[in-house]
Amino acid sequence: MRLNKIILSFVSALVILFSTSVASFAKVVGDKIILGAAISLTGKYSSNGVHTQNGYNMAVDRINSMGGVKVGGKTYKFDIIYYDDESNPKRAAQLAERLISQDGVEFMLGPYSSGLTKAIAPVTEKYGVPMVEANGASRSLFTKGYKYLFAVLAPANLYLDVAIETAVELNGGKGVRIAQAFEQDAFSQDVRLGILDAAERTGSKIIIDDKLPKELNDMAATLVKVKQMKPDVLVVSGHTKGALTAIRQIAEMKVDVPMLAMTHCDAAKLSKQHGKNSQYALCASQWHKSLTYKDDFFKDGMTYAADFEKEFGYDPPYQSAESSAALLVFKDAFERANSFDQKKVRDALADTNMQTFYGNIKFAPGGQNVDKPMVLFQVMCDAAGKCENKVVAPLKWASAKLIHPVPKWSER
Amino acid sequence: MDFLVFQYPMITVQACLDGILLGVLFALIAYGMALQWGVMNIINIAQGDLVILGGYIAYFMYLYGIHPAWGVIVAPIIMYFVGIAIYKLVINKVVDRDLFISILATFGISILFMQLMNFAFGADVVLANSGYGTTMLFDNNVVLPNSKIFSAFISILFAVCLVIYMKKSKLGRAIRATAQNARAAKILGVDTEKVYAATFGINAALCGVAGALISITFTIHPYMGLPYTIRSFMIVIVAGLGNLPGVAMSGMGLGVFEEFADYILGTEFRIGSVFLLLVLILVYRRFKLSRKREYLK
Repeated sequence: MRLNKIILSFVSALVILFSTSVASFAKVVGDKIILGAAISLTGKYSSNGVHTQNGYNMAVDRINSMGGVKVGGKTYKFDIIYYDDESNPKRAAQLAERLISQDGVEFMLGPYSSGLTKAIAPVTEKYGVPMVEANGASRSLFTKGYKYLFAVLAPANLYLDVAIETAVELNGGKGVRIAQAFEQDAFSQDVRLGILDAAERTGSKIIIDDKLPKELNDMAATLVKVKQMKPDVLVVSGHTKGALTAIRQIAEMKVDVPMLAMTHCDAAKLSKQHGKNSQYALCASQWHKSLTYKDDFFKDGMTYAADFEKEFGYDPPYQSAESSAALLVFKDAFERANSFDQKKVRDALADTNMQTFYGNIKFAPGGQNVDKPMVLFQVMCDAAGKCENKVVAPLKWASAKLIHPVPKWSER
Repeated sequence: MDFLVFQYPMITVQACLDGILLGVLFALIAYGMALQWGVMNIINIAQGDLVILGGYIAYFMYLYGIHPAWGVIVAPIIMYFVGIAIYKLVINKVVDRDLFISILATFGISILFMQLMNFAFGADVVLANSGYGTTMLFDNNVVLPNSKIFSAFISILFAVCLVIYMKKSKLGRAIRATAQNARAAKILGVDTEKVYAATFGINAALCGVAGALISITFTIHPYMGLPYTIRSFMIVIVAGLGNLPGVAMSGMGLGVFEEFADYILGTEFRIGSVFLLLVLILVYRRFKLSRKREYLK
């Protein structure tokens, strides 16, 4: 009998708790649409976390100042509740839960990095909260059948695909010999899968396939192999650490390879940290300011970059640009859904087909953006040692001609 | 499994040289750890974070236009005082306690340092360019970055100076006496408190040197300290305490072993193979120890 009483009081306490918290649910307060985001403001992803937040803020200000979002004949403004996830996936998942069940947020923006997006996606999916994310590119995000996850960026397996295709094209359509070194994390391993696919498709051969440790700071062993086996292409992906280590050691060990392709060059500020040593490196990028995509809010890449620099004092990396694009996608979806019903907004998001300054956006059933190719830029330096990133592939967007093969160290 | 070592014989030479140059640098960090472990019975989990802090000192000198190699002199001086400060604030409260307490305390310091460095210097990966060139050997088949040779040279220089200092100076003798028997040393008039502080300071200074060298040869990042702690811990375990030649040999040995594991088993087994070696050595030691015990019975 006593036990029954305890259970009864426990259940009623729960009911009271839920009814009060439901009453505080607030997706739209007055004329504000409140979005939630857990972002890495401290911890190891904090630099890119801040780039993401700046991108979001820039788009919120711009959309609000240019008339806001029109739903049901009324005008609304965006507002974002931020929490710091400390670059920790567990914390990110807790915060997503908190944003949804305590703060009553019904629409979410993504965190920074594939790992954290992976932690949050099951939570948003459970509550049926549409999430537009701009910084989780891992392929595994898009194969789980998530219905409420939308990514404005191209998936990780497409990052360096273009490089292999370009190398094969320059080789007269014949397959090339590839050396690759990838860090053992979800993102880099997805990039690796993309290269494996591309190699199979083009009849290329992978002669070195190294997996680098997470705390990588030395890839001399891989480079010795490259020096001895002389591949046509060297592909490296290991976030900023990988890019910086590779350039430093390639220059120090004078490794000659006709094509060097990598990821995270602009996040690593390669040309600033390494100067002329980084010359000729090919870098995969989601976006570059010289691309000629257009929209009504930011006009084009160049204008976006100038406005961003005016506001935050630095040239926008692609992490900021894609984050701004996420807000444009939300605005478009709200207006087409003409409602704040989560299901209707979700369906509108799924039907997105638009152009932004960042690129075309159209989602596949898995949630990834299939309408925006990756671009490759090459670090090019002038005689004075000033280096710039110039888009070289795909040809449609190229602003400079690819320098291939990379000149030997003895000739530089 | 790859047999590159046999296909390209020059790789063997390269692997040995790379391993030795790398090992010497690690041995320097490990020597600091062995010193304070032996003297104070403290396993310093924050060892790697002190290294990274030393690296940031060299990096900031580089940012302000001073050649980062000067960091080898400036970083140990600053780090010595950082070490003394850490000792006065935390370590002197745990020095006579259980080993577990000291591990917890230094683990806390490690987390604090990581977050503070992240807060102060940002989460970007950085490096200092020394502008040293490259040495080519054997018809350009073996390449040695001069920055690595410089690091190894400086590491050996500091290690030798320290050994002489330990043997000849008054403080050095006091440190060695305290390591042998702290109580007896105290009775005979050694100020052990001062000795402990100096030992921790010297350890931090060695970390400072190593950090400056790492910023020149590799990269630094606020969260990159732990691998250095683990590496030096392993070197000390293999060599044993108070055994300086042993630390140097095991440092270089592990360096070379790691390089060969990379070429033969593949890069993904590089670190794993070192851990496997550690387990084997510990099992072997236990086995030897248990045989000795049987004798005693």
